[in-house]
Amino acid sequence: MTVVYILWLREVKKYLRSRVQIIASLGGPLMYLGVLGFGLGPVFQRAGEGSYIQFMAPGVIGMTVLFTAMFSGIAMLWDRQFGFLKETLVAPVPRLAIMVGRTLGGATVAVLQGTLIFVVTLIAGFRPQSLLAVPLAFLVIALIAVIFSALATAIGSTLKEMQGFQMVMNFLVMPTFFLSGAIYPLEGLPRVLGALTRVDRSPMASTECAAC
Amino acid sequence: MSDRPIIRVQHIVKSFGSVMAVNDVSFDVRPGEIFAFLGPNGAGKTTTIKMLTTLLRPTTGSLELDGLDVTARPMEVRKRFGVVFQDPSLDGDLTAWENMDIHGVLYHVPRHARRERCEALLRMFELWERRDDLVKTFSGGMKRRLEIARGLLHTPKVLFLDEPTLGLDPQSRNQMWTHVRNLRASEGVTVFLTTHYMDEADRVADRIAVIDHGRLVATGPSAELKQETGTESLEAAFLALTGTTIRDESATAADQMRQVARVWRR
Repeated sequence: MTVVYILWLREVKKYLRSRVQIIASLGGPLMYLGVLGFGLGPVFQRAGEGSYIQFMAPGVIGMTVLFTAMFSGIAMLWDRQFGFLKETLVAPVPRLAIMVGRTLGGATVAVLQGTLIFVVTLIAGFRPQSLLAVPLAFLVIALIAVIFSALATAIGSTLKEMQGFQMVMNFLVMPTFFLSGAIYPLEGLPRVLGALTRVDRSPMASTECAAC
Repeated sequence: MSDRPIIRVQHIVKSFGSVMAVNDVSFDVRPGEIFAFLGPNGAGKTTTIKMLTTLLRPTTGSLELDGLDVTARPMEVRKRFGVVFQDPSLDGDLTAWENMDIHGVLYHVPRHARRERCEALLRMFELWERRDDLVKTFSGGMKRRLEIARGLLHTPKVLFLDEPTLGLDPQSRNQMWTHVRNLRASEGVTVFLTTHYMDEADRVADRIAVIDHGRLVATGPSAELKQETGTESLEAAFLALTGTTIRDESATAADQMRQVARVWRR
């Protein structure tokens, strides 16, 4: 148990210490909110769908959680490259404890990051439908954080080099994001893509439902 | 010194596909001795260390550490050794103290003992003043010292050092070996080391084993190796035993084959 705790603490400490990284990682979501928000907002409104920020804010929060969780799992690669992984592998602890510690650490970081973006969207004008929806949304956020952090840790432990990281980004993370309905409604999609979204929908799209 | 060996290696073989990295190697290491494992690049040194530290399984043969079968009881064995790998394995984003502390938790050292031991070791390796600094700000020599201190935290019976002085300046190297020799006096730990610097092995090691092309070509105290080969220095003895051809070429060929083997196994 203490092993899980110390590995969790390591991830969280490293996150809180890297202020530059925190600010840098806010860049992506802010770009989506700002650039896409202002760019597509009027079109969205003219199509009769209402406020775009209302539609998109939960998606961007979900995206932040997804990306941060995936990144922290893939950080296993860094540990392999820079050696810390070996330190844990020769220690007299079960591999499972190492996985769980890292996964929970990554998930915690993802939730913290998601919370930060939530605050930003509030400033940008996003209003959750009811106060009750907020804790519910956080529950879902915590769940996707754990799921994707675990998935990424599993993938990260099989990857041997940095190139694999691009594969994961392009074939798993980006499609998950684009097909989640975070930036546009999914109703008008062609059938094949529509079917794909149903696979994707369960984890990601439910975040939006919970939040708005 | 004469009781049962702390490390017993019997007829171990490790092959990667068709490449024999280690081929029928046997040797004993006695408790409390400093044992140097020498060999040219690609001779099988690191592979042997990886097998002894439970990171690789031998294809055949048996390995014992402190009377325990290394392949059958890895968890028990891991508690009994500390290791400093060729490439650094510290977390640069954490402080020296935190690196030590995590290690203590991973090895189930009780909290109180952990504090005392961390402090004693950091003082011993002259890192106490820098304990709260991030490791990425440390020099190469300091990182190495911290790794050795960390490897000793759980009072292991054996300490593996895989080329601990690689890339260090003469001053740091000198200091490193002084530390290693003091360790035996203060901790009673057995040291198993590899190095490319023959003068260092000559100076610190009680016994030396030379491996080449995966086979053990000589074992014994430095004086004995010199006598056997009729040479003046350990360096000359080493060259007499392993020849003067440069190994980079054969090593890369072996590496390429390993690469091919890896692709095929997918």
